[in-house]
Amino acid sequence: MDERRKGAAPLDEARLRQRAIGVKLRQMFDDVVNEPVPDEFLDILRRADKQTGEG
Amino acid sequence: MAAAMDGPAAPLEGAARDKVFQRELVTLIPHLRAFARTLTGDATAADDLAQDAMIKAWDARASFQLGTNMKAWTFMILRNQFYSDKRRSWRSTQLDQEAAERTLVAVDDPESPIALDELRLAMSMLPYEQREALILVGAGGFAYEEAADICGCAVGTVKSRVSRARKALQGILETGAYDRDGREAGDAMRSILADAERLSAIR
Repeated sequence: MDERRKGAAPLDEARLRQRAIGVKLRQMFDDVVNEPVPDEFLDILRRADKQTGEG
Repeated sequence: MAAAMDGPAAPLEGAARDKVFQRELVTLIPHLRAFARTLTGDATAADDLAQDAMIKAWDARASFQLGTNMKAWTFMILRNQFYSDKRRSWRSTQLDQEAAERTLVAVDDPESPIALDELRLAMSMLPYEQREALILVGAGGFAYEEAADICGCAVGTVKSRVSRARKALQGILETGAYDRDGREAGDAMRSILADAERLSAIR
């Protein structure tokens, strides 16, 4: 029981740090998601689509 | 937009089905790019990978069941592509892990805030399997079960990888166990904490 009490404060601190890392991780990912998609992607898809239509 | 899709509609076929498929695939491109960026750590390589995955998905569209989770399906394709590319260049990757890590970092936007830089760097130090598990669950919005499907492993495996990844990340960020001249250990964690605080205050 004593151990649980002792561990309580560092555990909260650890949780806070994990949450902060989680926030930044999502930000890192979302930053890329929110970038404009390079035209190349749609060009490639369009070409592939056209090929299908012809084939 | 997809509001009128409920109920037993006639199954889509041919060009009409392709169109629906393509429209959904296009909405996933930003997510594929982000996932690829995490795996490769390099913006150019990531876009190559995302494009390959996009074309693979398009070519395999007949085998995809419309209405099921296309995001998970395309992520799985991208992941498989990544590992098969990597197997091909396994030798060189293995030989110079240090150089690989430098490359992972070098391409990053020099303008990006320190905390993000450090996090990217720390992420690049994790084993791939931990990195992908953490990003799928922690940022990609996938449930453990979905992440397990994408990675082709058990749910418990994903859970333990995510948990190990979190611990490792924190350790790296706190001890500054990366090569970054002139910066004090623990700075990264401090700036991440400060940033997260600021972000949650705004939201």
